[in-house]
This record gives sequence, structure tokens and C-alpha cells, in this order.
Amino acid sequence: MSKDNQILEEFTSKEYEHGWSVNYEVDEAPIGLNEEIIKWISAKKEEPTWLLEWRLKAFRTWQEMQEPEWANVTYPKVDFQKLRYYSAPKQQKKAKSLEEVDPELLAIYERLGISMNEQKRLQGIAVDAVLDSVSVATTFKGTLAKLGIIFCSFSEAVKEHPELIKKYLGSVVPMTDNYYAALNSAVFSDGSFCYIPKGVRCPMELSTYFRINAANTGQFERTLIVAEDDAYVSYLEGCTAPQRDENQLHAAVVEIYAATNAEVKYSTVQNWFPGDKEGKGGIYNFVTKRGICAGDNSKISWTQVETGSAVTWKYPSCILKGDNSIGEFYSVAVTNNYQQADTGTKMIHIGKNTKSRIVSKGISAGKSQNSYRGQVQVMKRATNARNFSQCDSLLMGDRCGAHTFPYIDINNPTAKVEHEATTSKIGEDQIFYCNQRGIATEDAVALIVNGYAKEVLNQLPMEFAVEAQKLLALTLEGSVG
Amino acid sequence: MLSIKNLHASIEGTPILRGINLEVKAGEVHAIMGPNGSGKSTLASVLAGREEYEVTEGEVTFKGKDLLDLAPEDRAREGVFLAFQYPVEIPGVSSTNFLRTAVNQVREYRGLEALDAVKFLSLMKEKMKLVEIDQKLLSRALNEGFSGGEKKRNEIFQMAMLEPSLSILDETDSGLDIDALRIVSNGVNQLKSADNATIVVTHYQRLLDYIVPDYVHVLYKGRIVKSGTKELALELEEKGYDWIKEEVDSAATV
Repeated sequence: MSKDNQILEEFTSKEYEHGWSVNYEVDEAPIGLNEEIIKWISAKKEEPTWLLEWRLKAFRTWQEMQEPEWANVTYPKVDFQKLRYYSAPKQQKKAKSLEEVDPELLAIYERLGISMNEQKRLQGIAVDAVLDSVSVATTFKGTLAKLGIIFCSFSEAVKEHPELIKKYLGSVVPMTDNYYAALNSAVFSDGSFCYIPKGVRCPMELSTYFRINAANTGQFERTLIVAEDDAYVSYLEGCTAPQRDENQLHAAVVEIYAATNAEVKYSTVQNWFPGDKEGKGGIYNFVTKRGICAGDNSKISWTQVETGSAVTWKYPSCILKGDNSIGEFYSVAVTNNYQQADTGTKMIHIGKNTKSRIVSKGISAGKSQNSYRGQVQVMKRATNARNFSQCDSLLMGDRCGAHTFPYIDINNPTAKVEHEATTSKIGEDQIFYCNQRGIATEDAVALIVNGYAKEVLNQLPMEFAVEAQKLLALTLEGSVG
Repeated sequence: MLSIKNLHASIEGTPILRGINLEVKAGEVHAIMGPNGSGKSTLASVLAGREEYEVTEGEVTFKGKDLLDLAPEDRAREGVFLAFQYPVEIPGVSSTNFLRTAVNQVREYRGLEALDAVKFLSLMKEKMKLVEIDQKLLSRALNEGFSGGEKKRNEIFQMAMLEPSLSILDETDSGLDIDALRIVSNGVNQLKSADNATIVVTHYQRLLDYIVPDYVHVLYKGRIVKSGTKELALELEEKGYDWIKEEVDSAATV
């Protein structure tokens, strides 16, 4: 066994940190999926008829769809009849403020290092915490409301802002868009809604933390962000799940709408349970994220740090419809042990002078497979469209894989599209160099990996960047020794 | 400070070092010279703990400790510094960030408090003058896109920051023009004290005009075949290595 391998062997032993689960009383749907279950969920959430109809339509479409198989991932198929589609912690009544939220539930978030109270006071980040199928708490609502900003759970938005939900739900990701989006449209339970009115710059980061706790339960959340003309918002999303032997399904949909001159920055640090070292358990993360730059000069920027999940299937995309609009995608995807990730983006250039930038940094270790899949499409009327793509892969050891699938589809001769790709290995030389300066091997790997991912990490808000750096080091801990 | 006794080392089964003996005391500068392939760089690598070399025989003690028993990072923390012949590039990691990690890990090992950003930067400012290194270079990714001279200067700068007791300079003169050579040597000379020692590994005498050795050793076929003072280096410069090779090879056949 070469030195490199030995190094890698030793560096893969760190266990998942958020693998605990908590027992609390739950209110849950029966196992299985049919129209009755969907009606049950809709009734539970006291939804209007139009939304139930919308769900049922999605369900009927989904039943006729095939599970996609083009992704470079293999996994035993999900038995959708064996899942539970709704599970919520039992709360006496809907909490009006943080003080009324069951302290036990808040304790779960405290344990994750997301102190709702602390955060409320210190960091100036508004948080919506989603546990299994429901949102348990949203902070800073009052402050935001003064500016006309709506930041609340999706269920609440359905009740209080039905006109907005009706207008934008499914407007970016149609219910029939793809298999998992259709499933989500049928059974989604909660998520976050965020609305920034015309001319308002959201003064703080908005953040949602998703946590799957219940066993055998899928999490199907829906996030909808609307930024009106000249509005700005930076949105953060974090996720964890307990360590369980069976695979769990997470099929979310995120929609972003940016009107004229609006800017939305969406950052994710995804740390779902990746399965154990033998590849047992872990989350299937099948997510559809898409934003539309509907107005001229608008901008949507996706930044993702993907460290968790057993299987990831995720392509945060931008439809650049407005003239001069800009789409960005910055991604670090780390896979270790038996993790598989097929992730990337789509940039659809429709408007004139639209620009997109893709920076993808894959890191593979252990026996994992890491694929970048990206599509750059320039439509006929998209004069002077520009795209720059950079896809780098870093390999640790010789049993993992890195793959790149770039698709480029140009229908306008004025387009300028650049694609750069590199593949490199963490060298024994680099590690020895660090060692020789007194730096321990684990810290050396963390240093090298963070350096490699720097361009992406720099895009994250400060607090998140620090968390992401630690997470990268943690995910790879034990993969070099 | 450093005592090497009958050191044998091989790489992938091929013996390179075949019985090195060397004593280095505090305050001394030793030059290791020799023709290509004589084992000079191997010796430097073995002392620093590069793992592809297997030590098959002999012992090395450093400040009373069994050096060969220590992991590479612990050797560094104990005070062994290797200025690399080919410094490694680490993209995205600034020299400053790299050095701060290094300095603080070394300090932790020695039971000292970590330096905060302010203290670290003032230490950096002080040491930067030694090797006439520019702040801008230190904000750039470590060694990435550095010229040969910049890389070597950065090595000596790191040495200044880490304040080692034993510095091993592995072909530090290679790829340096005369100005860079002067600057690098000046740095090394200013760092010299009665408490530390330097081993200069070089092929050419040129460097020794600037860093004057107390002892010169000639390495050939994995052994030190001749030791002397700096005059030996001059003799080698004038006559080349062939006469030594002949001396050794004929002695071997007798």
C-alpha cells in the first residue's frame, strides 16, 4: 500500500457529529403514499382547496413519471410506500413567539449549535427552524415586518399571504418539472417563505435550519424567495440529520424569483448524515433548486458547500430571462467513504447581455464518487451572453472518482463561453512540507483543502464560512494520516 | 546538538546512505558537498523524516532525543528545519496563513501560548527585513507562481519565523542569481547564533563564499569520505570531485 493510501486510510475515521436523535411526541401521518395521505396532510395544515387541488394534480403527474436514471449515482430504489410523509413534534398550540416554543425543541437546535435565543441577540441573523415536517420557530419577525419583509414558515405564508403563494408557487419549478419536484409538490409539508418588497435591502441574513429527526420519514420542504424590484436579500440554509441505518429521503424544492435590479444570494451548508464508513444509511438528497432572474439587471447567486448525504442529486440553476441579468454558482462538494454526489448547475441565458459564472470544486476521498454536471444554454435572442465555468476536482487516494459532465448548448453566435477544468491530487509532498513546518497531518489536509476551496468559501457570509471550513476538515478527517 | 552514527538508509530497497557519521555542535556551520547522486539530499530528507526513505541501520540523536523515533512534525517542533530544494506550492493558502498555523503549532508543542493576529504580524514585520521579502508576496498563495528566488527567500523567511535550532539548507543556492544568493545568505548569516547550527547541502562552492562553513564534508556513494575546513571546498571548486572519487574507488578495490 502506498504512502498516500495509508495517509488516506487513517484520515477517514471521524464520525458524524450530528448523529443523535431525540424522542418527542409526534403527530404523524400513516406510512405510505396515496391521495388520502395527501388530503390528510393538506387537512392537517388547514390548507385552502386550491392548494389541495394543486397537490393532487402534482401527485397524479408524479405517478406517471419515471425516476430519473441519468445521474452518475447508484443506490437501491426508494420504496415510496414505505415512507412516512408527515411527522411533526406535538405542540399544544402554534407558538406566537420564541418564548412560547417548546423548550425541548429549541434545545435540539441549541445542541446543533444554532441557538435561537443567542442568535436573536448577537448575530443579527433571522432564523427559521424546520424540524421534520414543520417549522418550529422563526426569529426576528417583528424587526423584519417593519420593513415590509415577510419571513415565515411556508404553512404560515399559505394562511397569511395566500395571494403571494398562489402567484409564485411553482412559477420557477413547475410541479411537473421532474420526478422529485413533482413528489415534493404533492407532499411538501413546510419550509420557509421570504418576501422582500420593492426597494428594500434586507438588513440581516435570513437563515433556515432543516433537521430530520424522525425515522422512516421523508423531509419535503419548500422554500420560496421573492425579491421585488431593487430588493436584496442574502439567505442561508443549513441541514443535519440523525445517524440511522436506513436511508432517508430528502426531496426539497427551492424557488427564487428576482425582479428588476433585484439580487438574491442563496448559501447552503449541507451536512445531512452521509452514512457510516461502510456506506450504510445516510440521506438521499434529491433536491431541485432554481431561480429566475425575471427582471432586467437582476442577479441570483448560489453558493453551496455539500459535505453530507449518502447520495446527492442537486443542480441549483438560474434562468437568466431579464436583460443584463447575472447568474452565479459556487460549489464545494466533498465526498468521502461511499458517498456519491452528482451536482452542478444549469445556466439558461435568455436575455441579452446575460452573464453566468460557475465555479465548482469537487473533493473526493475514500471510495466515493463525485460528479460535476452542468449545462450552459444560450438561447437565440440572448445576444452577447457570457459564461465562464471552472470545474476543479481534487482527489485523495486512488479509490475514489471524480467526473465532469459539462453540457454546452449555444444558439446565438455572439455568445462567449469559457470552460476550464483541472484535476489534482493532494500530494504527499504538500503534506510533508506542512509537517516539516510543524503542522500535523490533519491540519495540513484541512489547510490544503480549504485553500483549494477558497474561491467558493469566500462567497459565504463570514459565520457560515467559518462553519464550512470546519465542516470540510471534519468530513475529510481520517482520510489522510 | 546533532549526532549521526552509522546511518544507513534506502529507498524502495536501494541503499543510498551507507554509514554516515556526523557530529554537529551548537554554533557550527557544516557544509555537505559531493557529486550528483552521492546522497546529499537523501541525508537532508532522512533527517527531516520523509517517509519514503527507510532507515535500515544506525542512529540519530538530536538534543538528546532519538530523532528517528519522532514524526516529521515533531522533529520540526523540536527545532529541525529543512529549507527545501524544491519548495512545494499550496494553492489558495497564503504564506501568512500557513506560517501562522505552523508557528502556533510549534508554540503549542513547546507549551507557549498561541500568537494572536497582532503579535504574529509584528513578528512577521520584524523577520521580513532579514530576507528583504515583500508583504505582498506573503499574502499570495504559498509558493504559487513564485520565481525560484522568491521561493528560496520564502524558505529562509519561514526559517526566521520558526527559529529552529538546526537548519538544513538543501541546495538552497540552486536556481538563484547572484543578488538572490546574497540576500538569502545574508538572511542565513543573520540568523546564526551560538545556540543554533546549520547544515548547508550544496553542489557548488559558490554558496560557501557567502555562508562560511566551519567544516566541509564530502559525501560520495553514501558515505562521508573526506572532511576538512573551508579550504577543502575551495580545493573541490578547483579540482572537481574526480580526484576524490578515484581515491575512494581505488581504496575500495585494494
